[in-house]
Amino acid sequence: MYEHDVIVVGAGGAGLRAAIAAHEAGADVAMVSKLHPVRSHTGAAEGGINAALQEGDDWELHAYDTMKGSDYLGDAPAVETLAKNSPKETINLEHWGMPFSREEDGTVSQRPFGGLSYPRTTYAGAETGHHLLHTMYEQVVKRGIQVYDEWYVMNLATTDEADPNDRECHGVVAYDVQSGNIEGFKANQGVVLATGGPGQAFDHTTNAVSCTGDGHAMAYRAGAPLEDMEFIQFHPTSLPSTGVLISEGVRGEGGILYNSEGERFMFEHGYANNSGELASRDVVARAELTEVGEGRGVEDEYVHLDMRHLGEERIMDRLENILHLAEDFEGVDGLVEPMPVKPGQHYAMGGIEVDENGQTCVNGLYAAGECACVSVHGGNRLGGNALPELIVFGKRAGRHAAGEDLGDPEIRTGYGDDVEDETETDLPVTPGDAGVDTSGGVAADGGVTADAEGVLERTVETARQRVDRLMDKEDGVQHAEIRAKLQKAMTDYVNVFRTEEGVKKALRLIRECRQEYQDVYVDDPSRTFNTDLQQTIETRNLIDVAETIALGALVRDEFRGAHWRKEHQERKDEEWLKHTLISWDDGEPSIFYRPVILEGENKTYEPKERSY
Amino acid sequence: MSTQQAEPESQEAPDDPAMNGAESPAADEQTGGGMVDDHAEKRAELEGETVHIKVFRYDPEVEGKQEPRFDDFHVPFEKGMTVLDAVMYARDEYDSSLTFRHSCRQAVCGSDAFFVNGKQRLGCKTQISDLEQPVRIEPLPHQEVVKDLVVDMDHFYDQMHTVEPYFQDEDTPATEDLEEQRQTPENREKIKMSSRCIWCGACMSSCNIAAGDNEYLGPAAINKAYKFAMDDREDEQIKEHRLRILEQEHGVWRCQTQFSCTEVCPKDIPLTEHIQELKREAVKKNLKFW
Repeated sequence: MYEHDVIVVGAGGAGLRAAIAAHEAGADVAMVSKLHPVRSHTGAAEGGINAALQEGDDWELHAYDTMKGSDYLGDAPAVETLAKNSPKETINLEHWGMPFSREEDGTVSQRPFGGLSYPRTTYAGAETGHHLLHTMYEQVVKRGIQVYDEWYVMNLATTDEADPNDRECHGVVAYDVQSGNIEGFKANQGVVLATGGPGQAFDHTTNAVSCTGDGHAMAYRAGAPLEDMEFIQFHPTSLPSTGVLISEGVRGEGGILYNSEGERFMFEHGYANNSGELASRDVVARAELTEVGEGRGVEDEYVHLDMRHLGEERIMDRLENILHLAEDFEGVDGLVEPMPVKPGQHYAMGGIEVDENGQTCVNGLYAAGECACVSVHGGNRLGGNALPELIVFGKRAGRHAAGEDLGDPEIRTGYGDDVEDETETDLPVTPGDAGVDTSGGVAADGGVTADAEGVLERTVETARQRVDRLMDKEDGVQHAEIRAKLQKAMTDYVNVFRTEEGVKKALRLIRECRQEYQDVYVDDPSRTFNTDLQQTIETRNLIDVAETIALGALVRDEFRGAHWRKEHQERKDEEWLKHTLISWDDGEPSIFYRPVILEGENKTYEPKERSY
Repeated sequence: MSTQQAEPESQEAPDDPAMNGAESPAADEQTGGGMVDDHAEKRAELEGETVHIKVFRYDPEVEGKQEPRFDDFHVPFEKGMTVLDAVMYARDEYDSSLTFRHSCRQAVCGSDAFFVNGKQRLGCKTQISDLEQPVRIEPLPHQEVVKDLVVDMDHFYDQMHTVEPYFQDEDTPATEDLEEQRQTPENREKIKMSSRCIWCGACMSSCNIAAGDNEYLGPAAINKAYKFAMDDREDEQIKEHRLRILEQEHGVWRCQTQFSCTEVCPKDIPLTEHIQELKREAVKKNLKFW
């Protein structure tokens, strides 16, 4: 058994920032990640970091834009924490050597981005995430922080009190991908989940193959609710054949969207008369699909993004990476022809419910980055707001886990007296646990809080049994088949446009996936680098996460942010200024709601009509 | 372990992909094919066809795989199919034990550098229609094979860490008190290419010097050091310290400017030029060198 003060799971932007912060707060911190840190998907982020750095801009404008962008489902204390801290955290990155693009006077460059009232997106070419990831990993190397790379975390070692608010997380159980050894990692002070997004629940996604919602699923089964999972961002400009992302920076620099008739539809068809291409992402994604649906798509599938008029010099200076991506993954030369683009799953606004300090309702369990929901993004994330979330809330989670006092949070977590139960759900199938694969949310210790070692040992034992069962089974279904079915169900029915009947169909199909998973087996008999085994476990996580997305999409009968419902074409503020929370409840999920916090430090953010 | 395996007899590929999981050992006598000239024509030719790939297999603990071999797969061609797409298809449809690293699918995570038709390439950004068939896919040479296409990267990471790859400012003030430093656009441009490295290991694998001298820092690590040494934000003293690391026995002077690293770099980093420039810097600083 390994032992550290703080264990950070995942080594992308949020995880690296949390580890550095915990280390600086004096903790013995270790990172456990299924990928080597520089392989993390933060590296694929292109656009930039929103930070109010310039004269004439200020954090309150950033906060306002973010609240509006969230369609008033962001929690003001979280949004304001982000906006206030982003400038100095961005400058901190600059001091760590991050190669930001520069202006003539030597200051860092900033550009316009969708939904922003000021050009405050700080960037490093069109490869900002790559530089952010490498810069922070360099700082981890500098500090000698221990990294267990290619260790796949399977489970949290959590006690099993009836009320998740009373539970305690004592560490994690992981297996060494290279050797197949399963070991416990005891965390004396806290576990920080920084496992990224669940994009692999969909089949057309900008997300990496590794984005399988592992942290979401583990925290969920350990008792921390998942929040606002129905809010999935579909990025308006992904390449049609692969889902590779074309940065919003292209539109920020002046790129134009055209339909098959050569119309600049964002204006000509009235989707966003003021902001056009730079409307919020949800608005642009729906506009594109509406164009395609009305017969004005190119090849009935996509629209064109044209940046030729920007000129080669400007493109090479600020968007060079886009030229490479379009050439390598779509065979298109962005200097001489428009690029084909369509919406692709990109980001999960929801996630593991945490407060401003990154804490879940389970003691000692934290989450930060895309896997967490503070909530900064509410119903829709603005471009350029994901990277500041990583550095601001990654740092806070790391510091708090290491024992620093960050003050009492304003955001509450877990089931409590401020929540409202869902009462009217008409579910087509029973969600939740289906039987054989007891992938173990919590250590079965008979309700008695055992010592930390005991909880770890039991969780390790459960994990070993689970792996043996998957490996020993001689035949059955392979995970790839189940995963493909799940991805198709989500893409067909829980996409940009959602109907009640469609979402119900998705829930039925997800249930089928669960049942088929009871018969899953791992064909590769080797303990050495068994990616078949790893993907089989990931697929179980994807099923749990996809189900919460569909459940949220079904119960929220309104249209807010990225969540569009055919039968409910208006935002219902009377009823729905609240977060959807789904709790695993030991295999019988329940749904409840917590009111959104619109009261900021100096003002209350009154919901207004959101137009761009 | 060497990845240069004996060549079993060649055999005809069956047309029906369903017939065909792994049938091995079988490899061909192809001679490390080059690129096909007319891409569009080749692509059109492949529509509706299958692509023949031969994939290196090895697993130290599985009977039948302890001796390295090549497995043949016939993968239905789709427009835009990359080498990574092909091995993923083979894994998901024919043999779930086929093992390789991959993640982002867009040439930024650097996980999937393979030895494809005799050259180090990123699987995800190599169009299969550009390659001679059968496409021969092997792990990176000069690194220990863990299993199938997965190589041990520890030595690569160790070399990267040797050059102290981090900003060295020891007196960085608390975050609250930090002020933005200035950097000219020209200086930023100077380090731009070096900062694109994705740690895929292709350069190191292609380098004859690195193959013969295990302690040689190698092109990736030297390029990483270049990024810092050329950045005006670090002060002169630290630059000298960096040059001292670089001009040690197994540093820049080992490079014999064969340009193999530059040729294989999937991010087009002028690695050899960067190494040469650092040699000049070392001379300029009048530092003792080997």
